[in-house]
Amino acid sequence: MTTTHPAARSYLRHDRSLWRRALLRTDTALGLALVAVVVWATVAVPYFAQPYTYSTLLLNSAPLLLMVLPVTLIIVTGEIDLSVGSVLGVSSALLGLLFSHGMPLVGAAAVSVLAGVLIGAFNGFMVAVVGLPSLAVTIGTLALFRGVAVGMLGTTAVTGFPGEAALWLRATVGGTPVPRVLVGIAVLAVLFGVLLHATTFGRGVFAIGLSSETALFSGIAVNRTKMLLFIASGTVAALTGVLYTLIYSNAIGSNGIGLELQVVTAIVLGGVSIWGGRGTLAGAIIGALLIGTLSKALQLLNVGSDVISVITGGALILSVVVASAGGLVSRRRRSTPTAPKNGG
Amino acid sequence: MSTPVQEPERAVASVRPSALEALIRAREISLVILIVLLVAGTTSRHHDFLLSSDGWRELLRQPTILILIAVGEAMVIVTRNVDLSVGSVMGLSTYFAGWLFHHVDGIPIIVVVLATIVVGVLLGLVNGVLVAFLDVPALVITLGTLYAYRGIAVLWIGGDFIRPAWLPDAFRTLGVQGVLGVPVLLIVVLLVVALVGWFMTSRRQGRELYAMGSNPDAAVLYGLRTRRLTVLAFASSGGLAALAGIAYLAIYATGDSKVGSGFELQAVAAAVVGGVAIVGGSGTIWGVALGAFFLATISSALPVLGIPSLWQQAVVGALIVIAITLDRVLFLSRARAALAQRSHA
Amino acid sequence: MSLHVSQSRPKRYLTTAVAVAASSLLLAACGSSSDSGGSGGSGGSGAGKNSVTFMPKSLGNKYFEASDKGGKTAVTAFKGTFKEAGATEASPTSQSPFIQTATQQQTGAIVLAANDPKAVCSDLNAAKQAGVKVVTFDSDTECRDLFINQVTVAGVADGLVDLMGKHLNGKGKIGIESGGPNATNLNAWVAAIKTKMASKYPGVKIVDVVYGNDVDADSYNAAKGLIQSHSDLNGIIAPDSVAVKEAAHFISDSPQYKSKIWLTGLGLPSELKGYVKSGVIEKFGLWNPEDLGYLAAYAAHALIDGTITGKEGDTFTAGKLGKYTVGKNGEVVLGPLFVFDKSNVDQFAF
Repeated sequence: MTTTHPAARSYLRHDRSLWRRALLRTDTALGLALVAVVVWATVAVPYFAQPYTYSTLLLNSAPLLLMVLPVTLIIVTGEIDLSVGSVLGVSSALLGLLFSHGMPLVGAAAVSVLAGVLIGAFNGFMVAVVGLPSLAVTIGTLALFRGVAVGMLGTTAVTGFPGEAALWLRATVGGTPVPRVLVGIAVLAVLFGVLLHATTFGRGVFAIGLSSETALFSGIAVNRTKMLLFIASGTVAALTGVLYTLIYSNAIGSNGIGLELQVVTAIVLGGVSIWGGRGTLAGAIIGALLIGTLSKALQLLNVGSDVISVITGGALILSVVVASAGGLVSRRRRSTPTAPKNGG
Repeated sequence: MSTPVQEPERAVASVRPSALEALIRAREISLVILIVLLVAGTTSRHHDFLLSSDGWRELLRQPTILILIAVGEAMVIVTRNVDLSVGSVMGLSTYFAGWLFHHVDGIPIIVVVLATIVVGVLLGLVNGVLVAFLDVPALVITLGTLYAYRGIAVLWIGGDFIRPAWLPDAFRTLGVQGVLGVPVLLIVVLLVVALVGWFMTSRRQGRELYAMGSNPDAAVLYGLRTRRLTVLAFASSGGLAALAGIAYLAIYATGDSKVGSGFELQAVAAAVVGGVAIVGGSGTIWGVALGAFFLATISSALPVLGIPSLWQQAVVGALIVIAITLDRVLFLSRARAALAQRSHA
Repeated sequence: MSLHVSQSRPKRYLTTAVAVAASSLLLAACGSSSDSGGSGGSGGSGAGKNSVTFMPKSLGNKYFEASDKGGKTAVTAFKGTFKEAGATEASPTSQSPFIQTATQQQTGAIVLAANDPKAVCSDLNAAKQAGVKVVTFDSDTECRDLFINQVTVAGVADGLVDLMGKHLNGKGKIGIESGGPNATNLNAWVAAIKTKMASKYPGVKIVDVVYGNDVDADSYNAAKGLIQSHSDLNGIIAPDSVAVKEAAHFISDSPQYKSKIWLTGLGLPSELKGYVKSGVIEKFGLWNPEDLGYLAAYAAHALIDGTITGKEGDTFTAGKLGKYTVGKNGEVVLGPLFVFDKSNVDQFAF
């Protein structure tokens, strides 16, 4: 793979102004796309323009919105985390198991989140320290931890969670159609946004995505950064598992199955390059909202979920294809998103 | 991964291919040993696992599906791409084949097989063309077609399913019949693996697929037609996934809109366990076939060993993690040994 | 390498964004055009009181296609509007958005086969608050007006245990092959089968319970694992249509077990008739899934027009099926387990 990367280095120097301009343009346009869909749905889709639409849309999208935050940062470094759905499952199953054995809810939730921290650290260790490709590692942990989640609870589903927790999380804030849980997500989103776009750490994340080697030579702690991001991803996924369990009052091992692919879809739709080094958190969040809004509108139009599945796939392909056909294309890839330091 | 590194006992100056060969052979031999141990261990607990006519047959014919899909996946991975749509392609192909048998009276088996492969190749071509000519990441394109092809399958098939009665007797016995105790299906699949293996090692284009994966930039500079190679890899993957659909149909004699879902991860796992580096450029087809055989055998041995079926996925996941970690540790220790020897020389 | 870095980065972003916007709008347009061909009810005037939305566990499931077909027949008979909605995946929360949608469309009643007893309750409660009647069938939830039970749990267990116990003359070893490990009704049946077998046929030991996840290949392998790991197995009870079909398939592929292992369970006659004729299965049970959907639709109708409220003792007439009474806990039972064998297996379309 590449050893020197002068272009990337010069990019780093202009990083600040560039990302500002990029943020302005990409996310404005993506936001406009979202607004366009909302306007179209409001006009053309019966029952769309109701507070209930917005509150359920946001609530249904909550797990996706949460998981998108850390995974976007991982993808910007050129790595990937496919294990998030399984971590959600483990955390949900663990919460159910501990709670059904009499542990107080808060304690059980803390242990479940801690489990996520550990799984994230394991993924991070394998990628950053052992030097394995994250795609291979997280496909392995995807299967491993889904199996653990399903095995842990077996055939039981724990449902006896206090109803107040679900009500509290689902309740909307003031007169707005925004469920309370979304406020917490918004705060986290701002934190992750600042981390990625306004700190040295965040600049390091972009630099690693452009070229791990260059980043390393520029004095960026590449391995530590990746380690931290995978821990963050595990933690947020486990936190999502706890919230998911409480919102639906239901802990079973299959919770969150397949969510990893939705997360990647939302992020890529949001303009984040799967090769790393490019993209914004706002774009990824809008990508997630775009998917949620489109499926909501299509459901209200009685479009079957099989068709929605085709449309989701089509949207994903179209978004990259049309961009690519726009002509500003680097004809050659530099490296795969998962290239380890000396694997090639 | 199985990257060329000299073994410590060999002279540093020794030619690379032989060292590479030694490593690759080590992978294949270790997989064979693992499979033998697994089968022997399981059989010692429950004799029927191997020592009954159906046990033998199941052991040999069930892995054929995963072998076919994993070999196709490997062709894509060596080019430094990935194909996540294989499960969906397999699902569509299975029903397509069953549908052909049902709707065209007396259609020859070979025609159905060829037509199904054509469908798979076409679906693969869509992936390949999008990836190659628009320079869009394969992960994204095939994630999109994973959804899209599955959606089309559900849209087309609905709640219908392939009934055993749709299939001609000759086709159904294909799944059960054996020659000297070896299932016909396995023989066919081994021939396919041999063909792909020969193509990848001995044909110019096959070598170019490896070259492209180990260094895409150099491949372009060297004048390789990388786009054409990308399309070739994806079309082959689609065709092999379709063939896996046929194998599924021959074994299970049924199929609905859900056939093959989740197979994409198993295919990648089998390729990785079989020694293909996920960053492209290395790995052998026979290694992948053995990796697939190993994974499929584990899945069928676990219930027989009395490991609760709920824990099976966890075991498979753990094996993937162990396989790639072992690879890496071996690679690092050999690299270190080679380095040490070099500094002494 | 990285030549594009020197190119105009913002411009590329803009292209992406425009592409996304364009594709979204394009897709949105696709969506609205497919609406015209879709099932009715999306007109501005609301879905109407007599509209019934059927939600199977997942789309593309043979059994639920049959029950939805029965539902449609009934809804057409009482001149209502029939709609079917659901996800392609049967996950605990996958029905949630469709319940929300039906609520917003002010459908008269939701008829649901729940994937999970609890996960969709918040949405079902919201639906009930909005005046939508909630009927469950096949698999129950904790929050509905009525549950249309195909057969009581005891009815399924008694039926299957008796078939097996009598065949084995009260002595032997059997295994159970179930479907998804989290299916409420399957787990209830398995538990009841265990208790009933222990009390009525103590000589019949249940050695193992395996799960086929409602997937053909998994079910086939589960049956194989069960049979190969218990060489002295005499029988299998598979109270799941995929499990029984694939267990029959494995035994049919492995003739040496045909005389050794007696298989029974709950299955669809259309799927099992081949195995009944070849002698792999002698007898199995089920109810008529079309009747189940038909009854559920009429129950929804009775709730909508206020004939019943879901109280114990309420009665209503379900078209050709006749009169039904609501039992304890708002349960209506379709009937006893129906046993299929060589003599009648050809007579059913489902």
